[in-house]
Amino acid sequence: MKPADAPVDKSRRAFLAGSGFMVSFALFGSWRALAGETNTLGATILAPDLPGDLKIDPILDSWIKIDAQGVTVCSGKVELGTGVRTALWQIAADQLAMPLDKFKFVTADTALTPDEGYTAGSHSMADGGTAIYHAAIQVRQMLLEAAAAKLGVPTKSLMLRDGIILSGDGRQMTYEEAAQGVNLHQQAKSVSPQGDPSAYRYIGHSIPRVDIPAKVTGGTAYVQDLRLDGMLHARVVRPPNASAQLKEIDTRAIETMRGVVKVVRDGNFLAVLAEHEWEAIQAMRALRERAQWQLTQTYPTNDTIHAVLKTLPERLYVTTRENNGPVKQVLSNASAASISAPASPTRSLAMTKQYVLHGSIGPSCAVAVFRNDMLTVWTHSQGVFPLRAGIAELLGLPKENVRCIHAEGAGCYGHNGADDAACDAAVLAYRTPNRPVRVQWMRDQEAGWEPLGPAMLTEINAVTDAHGKLQSWHHALWSTPHNSRIVNAGRLIPATLLAHPAAPASPAPIPQPEGDADRNAVPLYRIPSVRVDMHFVTDMPFRTSAMRSLGAYINVTTIEGMMDDLAEQFGEDPVAYRLQHLDDPRARDVIQRAANRFGWNLATPLPEGHGIGFAFSQYKNLMGYCAIALEVKLDKAARSVRIVRVVAAVDCGQIVSPDGLTNQIEGGIVQSSSWTLYEQALVGENGVQSVDWSSYPIARFPHIPAAIEVELIDRPGAPFLGAAEIAQAPTAAALINAIKRVVGWRPLHLPVARQDSPIFA
Amino acid sequence: MINLNVNGQTQPLEVTPETPLLYALRDHLKLNGAKYGCGMGQCGACTVLVDGRPVFSCLFPVSSVGTREVRTLESLGTTERPGPLQQAFIDHQAVQCGYCIAGMIMRAQALLEQVARPTEQQIREHMAPNLCRCGTHKRILAAIRQVADKGQRLNAGALKERA
Amino acid sequence: MKKKRKLVVAVVAALVIGAGVLFALAIKPSIDPVAKPNVALTPTLIAQGARVVALGDCVVCHTAPDGADYAGGLPLKTPFGIIYTTNITPDRATGIGTWSLEAFRRAMRQGVSRDGHLLYPAFPYIHYTKVTDHDIEAAYAFLMTRPAAYAPARTNELPLPLRFRPSLAFWNLLYLREGAQPAASDSPVDRGKYLVEGLGHCSSCHTMMGVIGGEKRREYMQGGVVDQWSAPALDQLAASPHPWVAQQIADYLSTGLAGEHGAAAGPMRPVTENLRRVPREDVEAIAAYLLSLQQPWRAPQSSAALSDLAQRIDRGKQVFAGACAECHDDGSPMRDAMGRPALTMSSAVMSPSPRNFVMTVHKGLAWPAQPDHTVYMPPFADVLTDQQIADLATYVRSTSAQPTPWPDLDKHVAELREKSP
Repeated sequence: MKPADAPVDKSRRAFLAGSGFMVSFALFGSWRALAGETNTLGATILAPDLPGDLKIDPILDSWIKIDAQGVTVCSGKVELGTGVRTALWQIAADQLAMPLDKFKFVTADTALTPDEGYTAGSHSMADGGTAIYHAAIQVRQMLLEAAAAKLGVPTKSLMLRDGIILSGDGRQMTYEEAAQGVNLHQQAKSVSPQGDPSAYRYIGHSIPRVDIPAKVTGGTAYVQDLRLDGMLHARVVRPPNASAQLKEIDTRAIETMRGVVKVVRDGNFLAVLAEHEWEAIQAMRALRERAQWQLTQTYPTNDTIHAVLKTLPERLYVTTRENNGPVKQVLSNASAASISAPASPTRSLAMTKQYVLHGSIGPSCAVAVFRNDMLTVWTHSQGVFPLRAGIAELLGLPKENVRCIHAEGAGCYGHNGADDAACDAAVLAYRTPNRPVRVQWMRDQEAGWEPLGPAMLTEINAVTDAHGKLQSWHHALWSTPHNSRIVNAGRLIPATLLAHPAAPASPAPIPQPEGDADRNAVPLYRIPSVRVDMHFVTDMPFRTSAMRSLGAYINVTTIEGMMDDLAEQFGEDPVAYRLQHLDDPRARDVIQRAANRFGWNLATPLPEGHGIGFAFSQYKNLMGYCAIALEVKLDKAARSVRIVRVVAAVDCGQIVSPDGLTNQIEGGIVQSSSWTLYEQALVGENGVQSVDWSSYPIARFPHIPAAIEVELIDRPGAPFLGAAEIAQAPTAAALINAIKRVVGWRPLHLPVARQDSPIFA
Repeated sequence: MINLNVNGQTQPLEVTPETPLLYALRDHLKLNGAKYGCGMGQCGACTVLVDGRPVFSCLFPVSSVGTREVRTLESLGTTERPGPLQQAFIDHQAVQCGYCIAGMIMRAQALLEQVARPTEQQIREHMAPNLCRCGTHKRILAAIRQVADKGQRLNAGALKERA
Repeated sequence: MKKKRKLVVAVVAALVIGAGVLFALAIKPSIDPVAKPNVALTPTLIAQGARVVALGDCVVCHTAPDGADYAGGLPLKTPFGIIYTTNITPDRATGIGTWSLEAFRRAMRQGVSRDGHLLYPAFPYIHYTKVTDHDIEAAYAFLMTRPAAYAPARTNELPLPLRFRPSLAFWNLLYLREGAQPAASDSPVDRGKYLVEGLGHCSSCHTMMGVIGGEKRREYMQGGVVDQWSAPALDQLAASPHPWVAQQIADYLSTGLAGEHGAAAGPMRPVTENLRRVPREDVEAIAAYLLSLQQPWRAPQSSAALSDLAQRIDRGKQVFAGACAECHDDGSPMRDAMGRPALTMSSAVMSPSPRNFVMTVHKGLAWPAQPDHTVYMPPFADVLTDQQIADLATYVRSTSAQPTPWPDLDKHVAELREKSP
């Protein structure tokens, strides 16, 4: 220990050497989970040596069930609008050698499927897809061996066609017949028979998504479309902000309104149940008008939030990477004041981001029924198992008496109101036995009560040698949590409003290398010394949680801005400068492919107001690679920024559905450009002020990019890598880099194209 | 009791006159096509056609409908036999979560019944009232274009003809 | 006989003199084209020009819905027919690319094109004539540095006599008072007067027009009608039962929203979108001058009692619940978001005329061209029947500080549906 009065040595190495100041809790040199640990998605590791999510449920018949009715494949992952259900189905079909329509595919139901934690973090293909890939081929092998024994022929002589086992002598056997006497209730093996990518009929092919026909014709496709017999419609009334206290309310006049069945008040929790939906809405309005709230707290505003974030209680997490080795993260007990940026950096860059909304088009909804001591909840939650645990804890029910079934909602892009609405439905159904209860949040409730994507600050100081070669890199960032998922009842909003509220679990970041606010803060570039200080602000002025790509969005934007600025300073082309600092051949490949297809050349003359930008990242430094090149047109008179053309090159390992992947990248580009140009949740002294699409404007048809091209790099046989979030960060970064080329200076505060933005001055 | 002409059938409904059409369609007629998105005419998820014009059903009192003909997504085809525009959305896989798509199809249908070969800008301007959060816009535009490029106005009575 | 002869001589002489005067007034010389702008296009001058052009609202009229900024082509619906605005980008073939500063100044001050033909007074030169030389030069510098757009003038849709431009000379004789330069003064009221009467040409909408399209001077700022919207009286702001104060006027002008009064709609909305780009001191000056114009309250005519008022209010309340309450209900978070006022305080609801209430219900408030925190309202013209709109208007007004029903409401509602553009 240093004496308290010793001068603080501000150099990074000295800081790290002061081991008395820190508690080391994890090493990621060989990134390998241990049995009993919980993974980043909230599921428990049971078999660390198995591939994908077989680690958390290693028993084969959790994934593949065969009975007299046929084959059923189960996945704990859910369809969030990414097409993952079809993609997982495709994997099972090829590995089982069965057509898609010859077996059932069941997702996320706490009574039927494996617990794969959350469907989040672009893990579904990497973990869920990998589990099905291996489970299916192992089951197929077992069936073949069983059939061979039954038919008295060598296994190798058997053929598979459309789920039928054929022997050379013309005899055949169904999987159901072969499965008789075979025990699938056994642990998977760590090594599977090799699949033959060239024989795949589904993997690598753009199979039309199975969910689309119902969605475009008005079929039952969403939890919103569930209509159960005797179902009541409920609406909640929320306080004006999270700290408001209900003073008084007289509900008698509401109880006699047309169709109203009852009004529920418990502490600050208010709701109304009615026979019909419109009746519930009218009663909700009347209830809202009568409710008197005591405001107990004032909140930071859009103008003050970044200064406030630097003053709030925090924990400091320090991640380092020395000599391009493994990253190491420690929780430091140094005070924030005792650390500072390296002296005399070659360049510095600081950026800010405002709070953003997930902005699901369909506000959260859930249906629940409590019957015969069993509570069943249909929900568009990303994690039915954690939700079940939270609801069971809140209501004091055994977990076995709560069943959560996933039903699709509108796209969520992270942790939105889904779990909270499910909890609303659970609370109300529990108090109204035998009648299903459907809770539908209103738009203003979704906007005002969904967890926000956090406001953040980033500061990068980079040191290069005289030729521009990177030597050291220091990235400091401030943020509230990006992961307030449901680890206990208190993380569910209704639980915090009850007269006897449950307390939320204290926040904890997703550790490196996946990262939380510090996701992707360690650059993939070759730099001898990297340090990231994550100021993890634990006191949330506004509840924040996961939103597509987490901190990677602004971290990569800042990193890639710094790379551009350094390239310019040293007279290098920005693409070439990136390549000079990259060894990973797949990273180099996406960069070169994007640049070539785009025709990247800074010397090409462009029309007035046009500029081009480039950016790259590998999501979490672990998952899909994505490079973006784009051209913008900035019209100062019209105060508009439009993407004229954007080219993305992506590498997500073996591609399961090329069209599905392209769709995800296109969507990510459009959404990220809307975030980056326009989006900012209005926050003020009374809390969140964005309540609709006029107080939270997003891009509409006239504002979206004119042309989007996606180039896919397939890696047959390589592991599946996540894709759903990989375009968010590089799109933002390339957009800012392009705008800088038009206006001549770097916009530092997101969003950049609001009507009062200085880029139009 | 209010009589509503929906998808070619007039039926009496037990609703109060101010009830927004959206809830009459979803809650009383059990139709899924019109979606609740904002209740304020800002997102277009609830778009249906009233006498061929695209309207926000969330703000449309049933008492305002009168004898006008209401058409929802269900009138354009079925899962087994999708209509031309629905088929174009399938062909282009112009869906991510799909929640906005019912409204998108109905708004586009209104345009394509009126204009044989709309320009790209016409389509974009026409579709501007409807929001998509997944970023599927390019595919939605491509699906609309597939039908528009046939150069023939869509038939407003598709359902009745099939029935 | 002599007398008769004298009379003939006098008439002939008058005709000859009249013709001569007309000729002198109507036939203006062409001003030579220039190869490039003949002022120094300094950044300072251009920036000043941006402010002048914003205050003058040039872009609003000189831009067609799908056209390039300042390239003209917007149809102006006048009582006499449709006049299309012209291209004021520096395009040499179809815009003002060949105009010298002198030609530009003459157009601004006298309503004469570079080639000498007279401009229709839909172009507010009778106001711009009060603009200072320096501001005209700045506006010239700004416009000459916009992107040139090729956009030929469209043919106006006017009856034959009005297509004969020299006839405008008579109009000018009546209405054009040329060239008075404002007193140099730092006082906000004087600056406001300059902006309101000169660049802003506010009275061209906020004053009723006479039969030949000139402002009625005796009804200065007592309100007018534009595209069926009411341009409210600006001399009643302080005296109205729900008075405006300077800060509210300034907020309204610079943001399109006044917390106590409502949002700018109809033709006023683009004006506020322009004023958002000028320094706050300019809108404060406008507010100061407007408040100097205030007159005692002219109480509106009272309406005949309606026998079915209670039923109308009841029906209107139902329409409100189904179509309006989600945003405008007491307790609705949308009602309070971003400082929006309650409907009961809205100027449109309390106005002596139902025009703006009905027009807003018909048209709504459109989304801005670029995503922005804004006030939006969907249009209801295709939704509500005339009866429902009238009932709704009666109900909403009954909840305001001016609860008496609008006179002749049903007639207004029917007329506005028929006439509204």
